[in-house]
Formats: sequence, structure tokens, C-alpha cells
Amino acid sequence: MHELSIALSLMEGVEEEISRRPGARVSAVHLRLGALAGVVKDALLFSYQLACEGTPLEGSTLEIEEIPVALYCTSCGRQQPAVSVHCLCCAVCGTPSSDIKAGLELEVFALELMEEHAPAPG
Amino acid sequence: MHPRLVEVRQKVLKRNDLLARELRERFRAAGVFVVTLVSSPGSGKTAFLEKTLSLLQPQMRVAALVGDLATDNDAVRLARSMVPVRQITTGTVCHLDAEMIDKALSGWNLSEFDLLFVENVGNLVCPSSYDLGEDLRAVLMSVTEGEDKPLKYPTIFNTADLAVITKMDLAVAVEFDSEAAKRNIGAVRPGMEVLAVSSKTGEGLDLWVNRLIQAALQKHGSANVRPLIEAQN
Repeated sequence: MHELSIALSLMEGVEEEISRRPGARVSAVHLRLGALAGVVKDALLFSYQLACEGTPLEGSTLEIEEIPVALYCTSCGRQQPAVSVHCLCCAVCGTPSSDIKAGLELEVFALELMEEHAPAPG
Repeated sequence: MHPRLVEVRQKVLKRNDLLARELRERFRAAGVFVVTLVSSPGSGKTAFLEKTLSLLQPQMRVAALVGDLATDNDAVRLARSMVPVRQITTGTVCHLDAEMIDKALSGWNLSEFDLLFVENVGNLVCPSSYDLGEDLRAVLMSVTEGEDKPLKYPTIFNTADLAVITKMDLAVAVEFDSEAAKRNIGAVRPGMEVLAVSSKTGEGLDLWVNRLIQAALQKHGSANVRPLIEAQN
């Protein structure tokens, strides 16, 4: 169970991001999580709530978008979904491939911010 | 007050990735080839490393870091091979990260080594997320663990470069099906190289050691320090 370490690294990145935006409060963190990232969604959600307690991120929610594995299939000549994480084969034609195009993601892709002081127009 | 959505695009393990990149650059400059070993607890990592170190030592300058939750038993065992060994005790942390490697290397002159081994904490889940700056990540599975280990832990097999099946001397006793194991490894990581070894009988170890020597010589040759031939005046 390393999801608490992951949650702490996640918060570190988010805090760094909001330090550049004075007055902003994070209401939600949007994360992309690949099926092959080695992180369990429920364990991460649980760890995130724990890790946020007593920090400026307390009360924010973690929104996780799960990304299935996609491969480049040489037979089809294009990116295709994989059968599963247990079988890295093209779901369309069955050709094995280790050329992973999606499914390794572990990244924050957006923040929902409540800004108390709107930037001055102009 | 309505929330505003701001696009960020930031890798969660950015700090570890940056530090791993720095380590990789240091290893490259020093010409040291770095191998990490990952497996579940009890798969024979330490015995495998012990044998590997003693086989390499006459020809190569080797060193090792060993990660464990507690005790320095593994480091004591490996130190018998008379190579520099350091223990990393992680406490409750279930994996090594780049920062722990960086700290453990402090004071070592990396250019004095041809090969550096890093034995990760026995765990097939958590170490998969952390880049340690290594050149080669080997995942070990022993014949006593069953042929379906790769299917249960696809991510770690996917992040590794090479699979090593250990304890082959017990294969007959436990009716281990090598072909099924290789098929499962191929399903989660198509094209992955597989070695079958026994630290007890020495089976398969010559292949492994020769592979490491070749890789180390190649890296050493491309490093920008330590000329292989001293200029003679």
C-alpha cells in the first residue's frame, strides 16, 4: 500500500501550483489514472482524504478518471484498446504488443479553483 | 462563487522522476551499470544477489544497496562476498524511491564501480511506480510462487526489463510448469526476456552474469570519464 505516499506527492504538486495563485482555494483535483500505473483507485481516494486533513486542501475532492490500456497494433496499423492488463494484445485482432500508448498515466490534469479575488480586468 | 477549471498537467511523481533522471545522469557519467531487483518477499533475491556478486567480483568492481523494512540481515549476508554493501532501512515504507538511493550513495565514488545492484524491498506492487535511475530492472519470481504470478502483478512485470525465474532446483518437486509461466510473462509483457536460474546449483547464472558483464563494458566504454587506456609518455 503506497497510495499514501502517492497522495502526499500529489498534494505537494497541487500546493506548488496554488502557491502561484494567491487567494485561490482548491475545490477539486482531477487526476488521470492509468490501469497500469500500479495505483488502486479506492486506496488513493481514502489516502487523499487522510492526507488533506489540516491542510489548505482539506474539504477538496479528488476526481479520478480511469484510463484503460491502449497499444499500438502493428497488424491494424493504429492505436487500439488492449484486451486487459493481463493480456497486452490488440482487442480487435489479438496481436500482442508492448508499445503502450495509454494506461500508464498518473497525473493531475486540472484543478477546480474558487478564487476570492477575481483578477482585475484588462 | 463558481469554481473555475484550470488545466495543469502535472505528473504526480514529478519530483521522484526528476531525481531519478539526475541519478541516471550521474551513473552515466561514472560509467556504472545499475541493476535493480524486485520480487515478492522470499523469492530468493538475496541468495541470487549473493551468487551474482561472487561470480562477478573477480572480473568486475561491484557494489550493492539493499532495501528492507527492518534489520540489516541482508547487508550482513551480502558483505560476506567482500563487496561494498549498504543497507537502506525503510521503516514502514514499502518501496525504495530515488531520494533514498541518492542518500544511500553519499560518500561513494561511483566511478570506482562497474556495476551497482539495488535490491528493492520485497513487494510486487509498490516499487513499480518509482523510477530509481536504473539501467536494468529485473523482476524475480520463484517456482514455488506459482506460474500465474505475472497475471496477479502485471504492473511490476510491465515496468521491468527482464524476468528471472528462481529456485529452478525445486521445479520438479513443485511441478512447476515453465512453459505456462513464460506464456503468462509474455501475456503481460509481450517479448520480455526470461531467464531461469538456481542460486543453489548455479543453473542459468553464467548466462545472467555474462549478460551483465557485456552491458557493463558497453556502458563503461561510452562513459566520458576514466579512459580505458592511460596515455603513456
